[in-house]
Amino acid sequence: MDKLSIGGKLLDSRLLIGTGKFPNKSIIPRVIESSESKVITMALRRVDLNSQEENILDYIPKDCILLPNTSGARNAKEAVRIARLAKAMGCGNWIKIEVISDNKYLLPDNYETAKATEVLAKEGFIVLPYMSPDLMAAKSLVDAGAAAVMPLGAPIGTNRGLQTKELIRILIDEINLPIIVDAGIGKPSQAAEAMEMGAKAVLVNTAIATAGNPVEMARAFSLSVKAGRMAYLAKAGAQRQYAEASSPLTGFLND
Amino acid sequence: MIVNGKEMDFGKITILKLLENLNLGVNKVAVEVNLEIVPNENYSEYVLSPGDKIEIIRLVGGG
Amino acid sequence: MSFYNEYLEFKNIDFSTFFSKVKKSDILRAIDKDGLDKYDFLALLSPSAEGLLETMAQRAHSLTTRHFGKAILLYTPMYLSNHCVNKCSYCGFNTSNDIYRKKLSLKEIEEEAKTISSSGLRHILILTGESKKASPISYILDAIKILKKYFDSISIEIYPLTEEEYREVITAGVDSVTIYQEVYYEDIYDRIHISGPKKNYRFRLDAPERACSAKMRGVNIGSLLGLWDWRKEAFFIGLHAEYLQSKYPDVEISISLPRLRPHTGSFDEIYPVDNKALVQIMLALRLFLPRAGITISTREEESFRDNLIPLGVTKMSAGVSTEVGGHSSKTKSDNQFEISDKRSVEDIKKMLLSKGYQPVLKDWMHI
Repeated sequence: MDKLSIGGKLLDSRLLIGTGKFPNKSIIPRVIESSESKVITMALRRVDLNSQEENILDYIPKDCILLPNTSGARNAKEAVRIARLAKAMGCGNWIKIEVISDNKYLLPDNYETAKATEVLAKEGFIVLPYMSPDLMAAKSLVDAGAAAVMPLGAPIGTNRGLQTKELIRILIDEINLPIIVDAGIGKPSQAAEAMEMGAKAVLVNTAIATAGNPVEMARAFSLSVKAGRMAYLAKAGAQRQYAEASSPLTGFLND
Repeated sequence: MIVNGKEMDFGKITILKLLENLNLGVNKVAVEVNLEIVPNENYSEYVLSPGDKIEIIRLVGGG
Repeated sequence: MSFYNEYLEFKNIDFSTFFSKVKKSDILRAIDKDGLDKYDFLALLSPSAEGLLETMAQRAHSLTTRHFGKAILLYTPMYLSNHCVNKCSYCGFNTSNDIYRKKLSLKEIEEEAKTISSSGLRHILILTGESKKASPISYILDAIKILKKYFDSISIEIYPLTEEEYREVITAGVDSVTIYQEVYYEDIYDRIHISGPKKNYRFRLDAPERACSAKMRGVNIGSLLGLWDWRKEAFFIGLHAEYLQSKYPDVEISISLPRLRPHTGSFDEIYPVDNKALVQIMLALRLFLPRAGITISTREEESFRDNLIPLGVTKMSAGVSTEVGGHSSKTKSDNQFEISDKRSVEDIKKMLLSKGYQPVLKDWMHI
C-alpha cells in the first residue's frame, strides 16, 4: 500500500487512534498493536495531586509518533500554551489543534484554530488542526502552515459517521494537504467510506475505546482503512447516473 | 505558593525537589511557573519562591 | 507559486504513451464521475474518447444545465485601436502588416457605445492591439469612464497588466479581463512571437493570476487553437483554469475556445482543429470544470455555433465587428480576423429563443 506523507514523515498506516475513554489503560498497547497505527493522540491535563495516576506514555510503543491534542483550549492562546507544554514534556513537535468553546456540541472554532495554527507552524510544530469542514476555513489553515487538515465527520463522540460528507468531499477536491477525517466515525464501514472518497487517513477513538472488544475493533478499523484506500487507488467504477438520451447532441458532426 | 490551584508551603525549594515531594517523575510532566514553561533541564536549579503559581501538567488519554 | 510550475510539471509527460493506454472503460468512468482528476480530463481528450463523444455530450449538457440553466449571456466586442507593437506571426494586427491603423477618439468611443447599447446589449468587451503608446492605461481609463454610462459590465482584452494596473482598471469600473495565452507550449510561443513585449511568456502566463489577485470579478482565459497540438493545448487550458479556480474561488473563471481564422498576412504553421476536435475540447472541459463559463466566438460558423450551444456554452458574442469603429464609424479599419457568424443581436436572440434558451443581456449590476 502507498505511504502517507505528513510533516516529512512517511507513514505505513492511515489509521490514527486516540487513547481516551478506554475502560482500562492496560488494554491500550494491544489496541495499538492490532490497529497497526503509528500516530497516537493523547491529551494534557493538570496533575491531580490527590491521586496517583498512571502515565499514558507507559502504554504507547516507542516507535509511535505522539500527537498530543490541545483539548481544553477555548481559544488560540490557550491552544498555543498547551502545545508548548506538550513539547516541553518531550512529546515531539506534532500537535493536534483542538479549540472548542462550545460545550453543547463540542464543535471546533475554526477561526481560533487558524490563529493557533499560524503561531505554532511558525514555531516549527507539525500542526494538524481539527476543524468543521468549511472550504474557506480549510484554505486559511493551508495558508497558516498546517501539515494536514482534519475535518469532523460528525460531532465528537457521536459515532454518527460521515454526516458532513459533501463538505469533506469538497475539501478533498480543493485542498492540497492530506485530509484526515477526525471525529464522528463510529464503524469500520464509515472509515472505509471516508477512505474510498479520497481521505488520506482517519482518526478514530471513541468507536474503538467503547467497543465491546476494543482490540478486535481496532483490527477491524485497520482492515477497513486499508480496504478503503485500496478501493480509492483502484478507482471504483462510477455508477451510471443517467440514461443515454434519445435525441443525439453530436449528430451534426456527421452531417 | 500555589501548585495546581492548591496552596502549599515548601519554603524555598527547587522544582526537582517539589516534584520528588509530590511523587512525580521528572520526565513525565511539564512545569509552568507563573505561566512560563520551565525546561526540564532547569528543574534542579530553578528555585521556587513563595507566591509563585505553579502548574504541573501531564499526559492523559485523549483523542 | 505560479501556474508556470504546473506547466513545467506536465509539459514533459509522455502524451502519446498515455493516450495509447486509455481504455474505453477509463473514459466511461471519467464521464460518470463527480470530480475528475487531471488524468481523467486528459483521457477525455484522447483519440479513444472520439468514439464516445455522444455520451460525453449528454453528460456535458446535463452538467451545463444543472449549473447554468438554459441561459446564454450575450456581449459584443468593441475594438478601440489596432495599433500594435508586437510581431506575432498569426495575427492580422502584426506590427509589420501594412494595414489601415486606427484608434478611436473619445468622441468616437461614445458613438460606438451608443450604437451598441441601442441593440440592447449591456455587456461590452473592449479590445486594443498591444501598444502602450497608442493605447496607454490612461486612454483605457478614459474609455471606461464613457462606457460606464452605457454598459453594466465592462471587460477588457488588452495587453497584460501589472497587478497594480489591474487594480486601477477595476477601480475605474472594469469587472472582467480576457487574456489568451495564445499557445501554452513555450517553444512555439517563443517562435511565433517574433518581437515585441508579448515575447515575454511568463508575464503573459501570470497575467490572469495577477488579475485574480487584484480581485477582478471575472477572468477569461484560452488559447488560439491551431498553434499547437490541440489535445495538449486543451489540457493546459483546463489545468490553468483549474489552477485559478481553486486558488481564487472568489473569481469567476471562464474559457474561450477561439480557432485560428484567416487574416491579413500569411501564417501556415497551423495544426488543424476540425469541428469534431473543437467539440471534444469543449466537452472535456465541461466535464472537468462543470462550473467554468465557456465562450464561443463569431469566428465559428452560424450553424456550428448553434449546435454547440447545448454542449456547454454559457456566453456568446453577437453583432460582432472586429474592425476599429466597426459598429458606427464610416471609416473602418482593417479587421483582426474574419468573422463567420455575422448575425445581429436580434437574430441571435431569436435563434436562442427558438432553441429553448434565454438570451441574457445583463446579469448583474454595480451597486
